[in-house]
Amino acid sequence: MTLHIDIPEETLSSILAKAFRNTAFVAGFVITLLILAMAIVSYAWTPYDVTKLVISDKTQAPSLAHWFGTDHFGRDILSMVMVGARNSIAVALVAVGIGMGVGVPLGAFAAARGGLVDEALMRLNDLVFAFPALLSAIMITAIFGPGAVNAIIAIGIFNIPVFARVARAGALAIWPREFILAARAAGKSSTQISIEHVLPNIATLLLVQGTIQFALGILAEAGLSYLGLGAQPPMPSWGRMLFDAQTRMVVAPWMAIFPGMAIVVAVLGLNLLGDGIADILDPKSRRQR
Amino acid sequence: MSLLDIENLSLTIGDTPILKDIELSVAPGEVMGLVGESGSGKSMTALTVMQLLPHAARATGRVTFDGIDILAATEDQMCALRGDDIGMVFQEPMTALNPVKTIGEQVAEGIRWHTKASRAEAEDRARKMLDRVGLPEAKFPMSRYPHELSGGQRQRVVIAIACALKPKLLIADEPTTALDVVLQAQILDLLRDLVAESRMGLLLISHDLAVVTEMADRITILRHGEVMEAGDTARTLSEQFHPYTRQLAQASMHVPARARLHGNETGRPLLQVEGVTRDYPGRRPSLFKRAPGIRAVDDVSLSIAPGRSVALVGRSGCGKSTLARMILALDRPTSGTISFRGETITGKSQAELKPARRDMQVVFQDPYGSFDPRQKVEKLVAEPLHVLEKKPTRAERHEMVAHALHEVGLDQRDMDKYPHEFSGGQRQRLSIARAIITRPKLVVADEPVSALDVSIRAQILDLFAELNQKLGIAYLFITHDLTVARAITDEVLVMHDGKIVERGKTNEVLDHPQSEAAKALVTAAPDLHRAIARRMQEQG
Repeated sequence: MTLHIDIPEETLSSILAKAFRNTAFVAGFVITLLILAMAIVSYAWTPYDVTKLVISDKTQAPSLAHWFGTDHFGRDILSMVMVGARNSIAVALVAVGIGMGVGVPLGAFAAARGGLVDEALMRLNDLVFAFPALLSAIMITAIFGPGAVNAIIAIGIFNIPVFARVARAGALAIWPREFILAARAAGKSSTQISIEHVLPNIATLLLVQGTIQFALGILAEAGLSYLGLGAQPPMPSWGRMLFDAQTRMVVAPWMAIFPGMAIVVAVLGLNLLGDGIADILDPKSRRQR
Repeated sequence: MSLLDIENLSLTIGDTPILKDIELSVAPGEVMGLVGESGSGKSMTALTVMQLLPHAARATGRVTFDGIDILAATEDQMCALRGDDIGMVFQEPMTALNPVKTIGEQVAEGIRWHTKASRAEAEDRARKMLDRVGLPEAKFPMSRYPHELSGGQRQRVVIAIACALKPKLLIADEPTTALDVVLQAQILDLLRDLVAESRMGLLLISHDLAVVTEMADRITILRHGEVMEAGDTARTLSEQFHPYTRQLAQASMHVPARARLHGNETGRPLLQVEGVTRDYPGRRPSLFKRAPGIRAVDDVSLSIAPGRSVALVGRSGCGKSTLARMILALDRPTSGTISFRGETITGKSQAELKPARRDMQVVFQDPYGSFDPRQKVEKLVAEPLHVLEKKPTRAERHEMVAHALHEVGLDQRDMDKYPHEFSGGQRQRLSIARAIITRPKLVVADEPVSALDVSIRAQILDLFAELNQKLGIAYLFITHDLTVARAITDEVLVMHDGKIVERGKTNEVLDHPQSEAAKALVTAAPDLHRAIARRMQEQG
């Protein structure tokens, strides 16, 4: 039965129109935008200076003056959450960049070459995958010393196999297609084909994985700085704030609640965004709508 | 009194009208052929009868099956009908079966569901049905899985499922389109026997006029969701009263005008294939054992003179496409040599192959799959240009693409479009534009027209013929369709089980085949002239 229901490739405007009908996408998009805005605003302005200790104001409950309250040194929690956002975003973003920059070419190369090269690369991949990411990140920062840069590298390395796998799986599905055969018959090398035909066709896949890894990166950064291995004081970070709040949970619960919420909301927002993008661009879900 | 009666059936999906005032009837024991090109509403008519339409579809009119008003029937009533009184056979045997269930389970499933028979009883009946469709117990136990069967065998299983409960009406939607001609003839014979045996009505849907003429007592011709002409098969097709009927019949027998032969036999051959063999290693059941390999191409030698058009015909799986890939240097032969323009191309690196690639291009079967959906036409058609010695500038490239598009009958404004904006026939033109842009000496075309409607097919064959005359391009046409071979080629090579078993002038081989394989192909090929003649004779 030739029921070629041809799904037309959408124009940009129709994709956008569809995007704004997708609740997950809109919610994720708004949340992500808010967090980003918060981080950017923190460069220019924060309600209070986060490096200034005002002992007389210590552990104040949320009030009009301090919306999120103050910590045990009298620093404004709202300001700290804002500055912490830029740290989290920077670490997660660069880590995703490292993962994509190294992982995608590796995966595409493995898919293009096949055989032993593919096998060797993927087993190496498995090896990296086999280590619990956070544990290894702790190991790396323990060896090279704590700090935001080392946290980025540690998280980045563990993003590589994820992207390599996704890129390889996507590329393997594209390679047997006839238009690749046509390109080969036109004499294009496998590198050229990978860049011109394979990558654009797996771009959406990578975009979705990117948002998910971004969320995981924020979590990992919070984990590392909670253990004291991420950004160092006096630079505030969400994980560090949670650590400080730990012993004062009963007396000053707001010290834990607000940075904790920041982490939850950021991760939730990014996951919703990723889900939304996948829904909008996935031809299967398109058909059901 | 007829079994199925469709009156004034109109169908819209969303705001798009799909069918308009369809009239159709099938009597018990009658074969009704429903013919039309893609998008004419054939499949939608079938789905309306089964009530398997998409949700947005709205049908009006009357559809009566065996006294039951189908359009008013509830889903429960339909479930009782489907698979019991109405059976359906789909086009694609590869996807119509559930891959994780055995064939026995799949045939027995419907029997148990509809008759409340016990498992043993149902399996017994399933076994009998499988025997009936030509899958005997000894070779095809019920514990086989679909992937262990070939395409033709799977289609037999699909027919077994559809006919297991002796339906009153069988709807077969392009049941043989995915099969080669020999299998097609076998499946059609089976359907004809089943109809005769149990006085089942058969609604046979096809785009192939010859197939329908051979099978159907009456035909209905659809176009754009409307019935163009309906009536007795022999009379309708011999008188060709309606202009559209005439157009369809002519398109399916179309032979492009080709003034003269290009090139001569005495010259140096353009392509020379000598003793080429390709083995595929067998599966490795354990570390130390290896199943015997498969020899896909076995000691094949052939040559093509410049400007000649050669057909390579054979059944599916005979090694045609493997041979084509080796000629295009996309695959390496296990042994033997291939030389092009007097130079050996086997064993050369990609860089060394560049000059050869310039003169050798390819057109694929599937006009949907052979273009990257994310690139614009200009880039896609220009793809082979990068093998040129001198890289063309942007302006030159633009000019060349425009010229190539013009040559295949497309507008140069089409350059900024994406492939999905074109119809199947237009895409095949794009494919040809891409193939001729480097002014090649040889174009290998792998089933280039088998996915197209007859009228589009006629146009594309004309285009191939014209380019052969104008540019002197030699063709290697790979096809299982003998009408295509006859229409456009000078010589034909018949391939069977990896070997070339017969070769010669196209008309001679197709009129007087010598080898078993060629004879099988020729007798199985549906032929409109012959089918009409036979129909006329039967009726006296």
